Amino acid sequence: MATTLLSPAREQGLADIISHHLPNGFLATQPACDGVPTLWIAAADLRPVMAALKASAAISLMLLDLTAIDERQRTHRNGQPQAAFTVVYHLISLATRTDEVRIKVPLGATAPALPSICDLWPGANWYEREVWDLFGIHFHNHPDLRRILTPPTWTGHPLRKDHHARATEMPPYSLTEEHEACEQDAMRFDPSAWGMRRHSDHSDFMFLNLGPNHPSVHGVFRIMLQLEGERIVDAVPDIGFHHRGAEKMGERQSWHTYIPYTDRVDYLGGVMNNFPYVMAVETLAGITVPPRAQMIRVMLAELFRIASHLVFYGTMAQDVGQLSPVFYMFTDRERVFGIIEAICGFRMHPAWFRIGGVAMDLPEGWEGLIRAFLDDLPERLDEYDAMVMRNPIFRARTKGIGAYTTTEAIEWGVTGPGLRATGLAWDYRRHAPYACYDQLEFDIPTGTNGDCYDRIAVHVEEMRQSLRIIRQCVDNMPAGPVKADHPLTTPPPKARTMHDIETLIHHFLSVSWGPVIPPGEARASIEATKGVNTYTLVSDGGTTSYRTRIRTPSFAHLQMIPLLSRGIMIADLIAILGSIDFVMADVDR
Amino acid sequence: MTYSAFFTIILTPLVILGLATVLTWVERRLLGLWQDRYGPNRVGPGGMFQAVADGTKILFKQDWIPPFADRGVFILAPAIGMMTVLLSFAVIPVTMGMGIAGDMNVGLLFVLGMMGLGVYAVVLAGWSSNSKYALLGGMRAAAQMISYEVFMGLSLLGVVMMAGSFNLHDIVAAQAGVWFIIPQCLGFGVFMLAGIAQTHRLPFDLPEGENELGAGFHTEYSGMKFGMFFIAEYAGIVLVSSLVTTLYLGGWRGPFLPPAMWFALKTGVMIIFFILLRASLPRPRYDQLMALGWKILLPLSLLNVMATGTILMLRAS
Repeated sequence: MATTLLSPAREQGLADIISHHLPNGFLATQPACDGVPTLWIAAADLRPVMAALKASAAISLMLLDLTAIDERQRTHRNGQPQAAFTVVYHLISLATRTDEVRIKVPLGATAPALPSICDLWPGANWYEREVWDLFGIHFHNHPDLRRILTPPTWTGHPLRKDHHARATEMPPYSLTEEHEACEQDAMRFDPSAWGMRRHSDHSDFMFLNLGPNHPSVHGVFRIMLQLEGERIVDAVPDIGFHHRGAEKMGERQSWHTYIPYTDRVDYLGGVMNNFPYVMAVETLAGITVPPRAQMIRVMLAELFRIASHLVFYGTMAQDVGQLSPVFYMFTDRERVFGIIEAICGFRMHPAWFRIGGVAMDLPEGWEGLIRAFLDDLPERLDEYDAMVMRNPIFRARTKGIGAYTTTEAIEWGVTGPGLRATGLAWDYRRHAPYACYDQLEFDIPTGTNGDCYDRIAVHVEEMRQSLRIIRQCVDNMPAGPVKADHPLTTPPPKARTMHDIETLIHHFLSVSWGPVIPPGEARASIEATKGVNTYTLVSDGGTTSYRTRIRTPSFAHLQMIPLLSRGIMIADLIAILGSIDFVMADVDR
Repeated sequence: MTYSAFFTIILTPLVILGLATVLTWVERRLLGLWQDRYGPNRVGPGGMFQAVADGTKILFKQDWIPPFADRGVFILAPAIGMMTVLLSFAVIPVTMGMGIAGDMNVGLLFVLGMMGLGVYAVVLAGWSSNSKYALLGGMRAAAQMISYEVFMGLSLLGVVMMAGSFNLHDIVAAQAGVWFIIPQCLGFGVFMLAGIAQTHRLPFDLPEGENELGAGFHTEYSGMKFGMFFIAEYAGIVLVSSLVTTLYLGGWRGPFLPPAMWFALKTGVMIIFFILLRASLPRPRYDQLMALGWKILLPLSLLNVMATGTILMLRAS
């Protein structure tokens, strides 16, 4: 049951709406090799343009990403307005197939600031906090502009180009007693600083520190709960404990050596993380990936979707107290890993995709392995339906709990199963088919109520659809090379290296320094296990990325927790956390 | 006091504690079997000595009392838990001759009283820990106790009415013809649910609720004090199983095998059923459990009492 979204943007296009509301026109339009219209507007025009977009496109316009670029060391800016920092708003219309727009606002070097758009898109809250934290760009009228990924005691803004990236750029670390006391002090919980009251009219509240270490927060995640008995009055999530500076590392690793880092972002998604990254690099480099490599990528990505969803399914059941399903599902996941290990040699973090293709061709006998799995899993999934989904206690614990509407989902930037559970059949594989998804048949499962139960049901059905996709891949695997014949393919094709000196030199440089990707900006999105995963890369014509932006689905999803948890019991919050399907590495990067 | 009675009194707690310890191993092996994994299988034959190894480890662990805890009560709580369970066994008649006080004339009331006291262990542990998770666990235990104590007592009234006695010997004797599980099937079902709630086992392990409260009421406990809660829980399973055997499954009665064997067999089946429940069911929310108790099980047990009374009166007249 798909909700149809009517949007005037369908006829007008987002760029037209923006130009209507700009009396003086754009500062500039920037050609981008990913084909997304990129418009520069002045800081003063931001609020009116955003308000107009929000009003005109009704419910179907999602703020996909909000980030910044430190432009101060960038050389190839051909024609872009003068700026020390650029704030980038990426908007995507869910109603039309490809209507999206990137709005850029140039800012000066001293005290850069912009008005907040939290009142238009509530989901912008954490994104603006992240930009403040990592770039030091201030947002006026933001309700709660605090650091989000780094600790409150951090000095500097890590993603600025003048902030150190390596431990060796700093004096050796030592923890003095004053320093320790100061850090301890910063951790002290003060309800008023978190926007909570200590007392109601007739009682005192209890504050419960759920996490960062708690069996059901799926990683290092902290939620401060304001409780009245076991009922939650307010909940404030605190993230950043898993922050490892993945974006900053992108600026120090070569284009090729960054691939293994992406694996660890959504650590249950494996090659799902390589996928948008290599696609973005390939867009920058202009590489066309051969069909066999595309099909292998899709097949592996869907295998990882199943593996990830199985973990979700099992841990979800465990979160509401059912002990056994997780063991059965991990057994199935082991089989998926058996296949992945046979193909990639690794299990959770294969780093298997390469710029221009995949690392190697499929091994002998791969087909039999996968077919046996395809034949076995559906029966087991049916069994799990009886065990979990039809269990009356499980239904009582998940039905009607943590529900949100499609409109809310879009306003908060929810994608993936969480969006589809509200009834909107929006899947990035269908919205803008990448790789070879346009040649594959699959349904988009949806829910109706957007509650925990529907989110789980959508996950379960997605596994069946993934099996369908994998079967089509196995049946129709094209022959041919698994790497593009392109000078920037990394590692470069080796066949001719020993025959002529040019190829040898190319190969040598490409392997030792890494490929030099032409200047430009590109983003690539995929439907990852948990929602839309987007990599936006800025190349300044070097061997490393100038700016690597990772937009992860879980970051947006966790923001909704306060909205979902007011007035419910702790046990319900645990069910909601389980049903959101997040991993903290995917949130904190 | 005769020599043999004294011997029984010493022996019974030792046997119960030994059984509870073995039960930890049995449960882990069975869960392993049902969950497609091994479970402990390295120490001793079939991993049987794992329980011994764990017991030894827990004995030698640092016995830490958090500085913020209410010391006296904190120490008392696990002792209460252990004591009430062990004392309850005094009135369980294994056979006609085996058992300490099997023919106590208020045997059943004594067990109910001890079970009621047992809740104090959990509530006091949660309270004295002075920690929020433990407090929430203790609070849940109190709420759970209020809901199930009422219908647990009522569900047993049917048995008492049919046997005409609170004496457990008499109750077993009254089952000479047909086991009470047949005429009292409703009471049996209700008592089973109450029994699970009493032992804080999944699906009614809300005071512990590890996915929600970390470890609930015993969050702050470590070493042997934790061990006592742990063993008391398993001893509680043995207790409830043997009670079910006595009240509904005809106690030691059965053909061919010696009476003690029958008792052990029936109790064993009940214990395994308890473990199977843990392997298969999720945990309801605690307001759902209370609603179940007050809105369904309480009326059901009242109905059972009325029906039993009516039938008994009709038969008598």
